[in-house]
Amino acid sequence: MTVIDFKNASVDFPIYNAGGRSLKKRLMQVATGGQISADGQGRVIVRALEDLSFEFSEGECVGLVGHNGAGKSTLLRVLSGVYSPTEGEVSIRGAVGSLIDISLGIDQEATGRENIYIRGALLGLSRRKIDAALDNIIDFAELGDFIDMPVRTYSSGMHLRLAFSVSTIVRPDILIMDEWLSVGDEGFKQKAESRMSELVSSSKIVVIASHSKDLILNMCNRAIWLEHGRIRMDGSASDVCSAYFGG
Amino acid sequence: MQFSTGTLTDIASAFKRISLVGALGWQDVRQRYRRSALGPFWLTISMGIMIGTIGLVFGKLFNSPMVEFLPFLAAGIILWTFISSVVTEGCSEFVSAQGIIKQLPIPLFVHTLRMIWRNCIILFHNIIIFPVVLLVLGGSFNANVIFVVPGFLLLLVNLAWLGLMLGVVCARYRDLPQIVSSALQVLFYLTPIIWMPKLLPERAGSFILDFNPVFHLIEVVRSPLLGQVPSFDNWLVSTFLAVSGWVVAIFFYGRYRKRLPYWL
Repeated sequence: MTVIDFKNASVDFPIYNAGGRSLKKRLMQVATGGQISADGQGRVIVRALEDLSFEFSEGECVGLVGHNGAGKSTLLRVLSGVYSPTEGEVSIRGAVGSLIDISLGIDQEATGRENIYIRGALLGLSRRKIDAALDNIIDFAELGDFIDMPVRTYSSGMHLRLAFSVSTIVRPDILIMDEWLSVGDEGFKQKAESRMSELVSSSKIVVIASHSKDLILNMCNRAIWLEHGRIRMDGSASDVCSAYFGG
Repeated sequence: MQFSTGTLTDIASAFKRISLVGALGWQDVRQRYRRSALGPFWLTISMGIMIGTIGLVFGKLFNSPMVEFLPFLAAGIILWTFISSVVTEGCSEFVSAQGIIKQLPIPLFVHTLRMIWRNCIILFHNIIIFPVVLLVLGGSFNANVIFVVPGFLLLLVNLAWLGLMLGVVCARYRDLPQIVSSALQVLFYLTPIIWMPKLLPERAGSFILDFNPVFHLIEVVRSPLLGQVPSFDNWLVSTFLAVSGWVVAIFFYGRYRKRLPYWL
């Protein structure tokens, strides 16, 4: 059973300035009985998400909308299990796959082939699984002999094709995306689109943050509108879109 | 109690991602030495030269016979380099992996294991010097060398909890690495690495050696290399450190594991 359940979850970020992080300040504070803490500690707390409660169940594709800084990215990171909520409870059942940054872990000096192994291992694939998928990945990325060249020699298109091909071979229960992945020239784009639809349809829950009305309307059956870290509206994609985008 | 079971699961799942640890550790070593013909063997060469120089000067200074002093020095410096770089890099293991930590829910202990594995690879390059030194001086291994295996494992277990704790504390307090590196320098001189324990006067000797945990940790690996069996005290102290260190580390890590991504 794949379920995501948020109960009054909040996320606070402590912001440490150089002073707040130093041990000297901390010791001084103890020595002076905490009196200089008022100006010295410099600890500011930013509340990124406040009191979120919702449940996503199998078959739901949820779009997240909201202005920059509304908390979409933070929420995606809580969903992928990176941040645990500072208050409230979050339970996530199912394997999570995150396509937030598909280039993460790619080493410019390493060859394409080496990068496939590193990136694959980061995504949780065993060596054997990568071995089995290797030809498929290389073919799909259309890199040819470049696969044994250092990635720094790649054009940006080749770089993205490589990252895309590796990152999309996972088949998680819960798929998390920040905007739709679209890479490459016209020819590749079509292949990428069909790979993406395949990935989306094999996932049980999909959460995608987007600024595109069309994307949310086409893809999602539910949408959440975040504003200042709070849920402004939670409902069907069409209702939320017409409220958020207007019209 | 709930958080400590979660912590154990986290540590156990880090071992399940062992292929990731392997891949990242190798990549770190490759990245450092890419496009250099000798690669990590550059370290071996410079360490060989250092051992030769220190051996020459201090051997004369202490008036020790080379056959005895040089293997002792070589084993000591190689092991110390390993220990001190694990400790130093332990301080930055999470900070330098923040890109990964903030994107993917990978058990944090993976980053500790990666750092230790990377340094093991470098140690395996450096350790080549030791048999070469023995060969040149006409020494040899005896059957006691087998004790290197449990000794080294015990050292690794100790370094793992230390690395994990340092990583967590240093992610929060960013000037701690400076304190740690000064402490390492002091320990280097307090520990018999470039001087032999038998040079100490009896009473000072027992004080400086018995209360120095690093001495015991080095000794469980070094003395089998030199053909001796580590003393009972060496085993006892190292095992005690491993067990008590892990107990503290598990509670400590359990307490702060979930906060750590917020500090990066």
